[in-house]
Amino acid sequence: MWKIVRQIARHGIRTEDAPFATGDDSPAAVQRIREEILSIIGQALAIRVVDSGSCNGCELEINALNNPYYNIEGLGIKFVASPRHADMLLVTGPVSRNMEQALRRTYDAMPEPRLVVAVGDCGSNGGIFGESYATCGGVSRVLPVDVVVPGCPPPPIEILRGILKAVNRRR
Amino acid sequence: MRIPGLDLPFAALPAPVPVWRATVDAAQWQAAAVAVAQAGGRLVALWGSDRSAGGDTLLAVCAAYALKEGMAWLDLPLAQGRASYPDLSTVFPFAARMERAAADLLGITADGLADTRPWLNHGAWPGDFLPLRQQAAPDARPGTPQDYPFVRVEGDGVHEIAVGPVHAGIIEPGHFRFSVVGEKVLRLEERLGYTHKGTERRFTTMPPLEAHKLAGRVAGDSTVAFAWAFCMALESACGCTVPDRAHWLRALMLERERVANHLNDLGFLGNDAALGFGLAQFSRLREDWLRLSREAYGHRLMMDGIVPGGVAVDVDAAMGERFARHCDAVEAEVRVLAGIYESHAGLQDRFATTGKVAPDLAAQLGLTGLAGRASGQGADLRCDQRWLPYDRLAVNRALSTQGDVAARVAVRLHETFESLRLVREICAQMPGGDIGAVPQLPARGGVGAGWVEGWRGEVFVALELRADGSIGRCHCHDPSWQNWPAIEHAVMGNIVPDFPLINKSFNLNYSGHDL
Repeated sequence: MWKIVRQIARHGIRTEDAPFATGDDSPAAVQRIREEILSIIGQALAIRVVDSGSCNGCELEINALNNPYYNIEGLGIKFVASPRHADMLLVTGPVSRNMEQALRRTYDAMPEPRLVVAVGDCGSNGGIFGESYATCGGVSRVLPVDVVVPGCPPPPIEILRGILKAVNRRR
Repeated sequence: MRIPGLDLPFAALPAPVPVWRATVDAAQWQAAAVAVAQAGGRLVALWGSDRSAGGDTLLAVCAAYALKEGMAWLDLPLAQGRASYPDLSTVFPFAARMERAAADLLGITADGLADTRPWLNHGAWPGDFLPLRQQAAPDARPGTPQDYPFVRVEGDGVHEIAVGPVHAGIIEPGHFRFSVVGEKVLRLEERLGYTHKGTERRFTTMPPLEAHKLAGRVAGDSTVAFAWAFCMALESACGCTVPDRAHWLRALMLERERVANHLNDLGFLGNDAALGFGLAQFSRLREDWLRLSREAYGHRLMMDGIVPGGVAVDVDAAMGERFARHCDAVEAEVRVLAGIYESHAGLQDRFATTGKVAPDLAAQLGLTGLAGRASGQGADLRCDQRWLPYDRLAVNRALSTQGDVAARVAVRLHETFESLRLVREICAQMPGGDIGAVPQLPARGGVGAGWVEGWRGEVFVALELRADGSIGRCHCHDPSWQNWPAIEHAVMGNIVPDFPLINKSFNLNYSGHDL
């Protein structure tokens, strides 16, 4: 136990300032974003992620958002296991036809406001896979998309920016 | 190259790893499988190809075997009007899914294969639409997903738990059907294919010199391994010699990719056994690692860093020095964390004896790569064949015979330390010179093979170039094809709540498998 405590104490808090869609990265802005999420969503922002056929590169970067540098739970954002608990759907991949139905059902299971963020070049427009017998060619072919985050894959900070942008748009 | 008891006309392909190719008939096809299995060789991949020309339908099925001397690529052309070949799953059980995939993509079937359910085609496109046939239409009429006849387990108190394709965590989609009594798993059946995105057909529409980008997106966590294997195959088909320095730079990226993935898995394995501290610490190390990759290569995962003929980005002496110093720091940290993991009773209680695949079962199932090395299957291409630069680095093979989650954690730790050493060695020993050559496409078409030991296991690419300079066929093989069926065995008799831990300890690929 003491080894764990010593390791935690040695490294301290590594969280970095959050990026904002506005470009203002001050501590006051952190407070403001928390308040905005609260006023717009009414609670902490719960996100459900669906991989609709990505190469898993986007998943790696979304997972990285959970590491200590980004501290998204400190901003009031949390990834959840059920779409029924989610305010936002984060979708990666070009939407494979084999995932199309599961993606629609996940969306249908969500309560309002049902924000949708398409992550990565594939989610934006099908990316390198495009549209084919096996892919729909992007999330917007299947669901109404609020924000797209281009990149292959977009780094965690850009994904966070996209999430915050989508929240702001529902003001 | 010789397969015992057979006289096959092998021709060597020009590749840095030893690869031979031979055309066989149906009898030799079957005899070769038996002979390879008896000689202790492995089936690496099985795939089909449509080489139709001038109105004739010319189909073929191919198998790649790993033997002591190297790789043997056997090519069985199917006679006109025939679309079947002898089944290999009686010799190599994991071949069954590859044969089912070949049936879905090309309409070629294995004679006698017991399980003929579609594997990649879930009903979202018509059953008679064969995407890898040359005359296939550009698009298919979308269909609705069909029910899949899972094997039912009957008995008193047996019930089913259906999981997926959308999973609880931030992971790739797939379906797991558990038959359980109480909390004990009697049987698991996997259904994959959800991320199938027509990757192999997409290859045939890309110029060969740009298709490394697609290869680098077969699986994001193995982007370096697949891009290297593809480029090796292309260079082999083109007879292009890659400068020595580029080989070293490629290996540097491959080892960096291995470390990044092992750090990730080690964190998640702690987390799945309820030690969130482990994830926080390892994910911090991983983030530092990726940020340095971004500085050096302009991309956190090093995508598109490997290009036909060499690499896109050089690493200068100053960056090499930073890599080496960073390895020192990461090594010290991982040693502390490994000590904590090893002395944590709660963690070891979850890890030890969980999800066990004993060595004899592993051999029977063809378990490969990292998971294989945790179950006594020692194959590691970096040690088994002499190829630049690994022949200069004397890679220390990780091996355990325990076969449980603890063993897969131990192998990851061993390989993390070893790859940190390799990164330092590579930076210290790397020769000077060019970092790339320009491959010239062969005027009359050609074939090439690429074979690389990725972090998960051996990645293989078989490439056929046409005379018109296009890609006729590009098959990408991920070791997950071998290892997915083994998870069905690993979970038997375990409790349902241990499944996420067991699954994570393998951490297999969906995208690279579904293609």
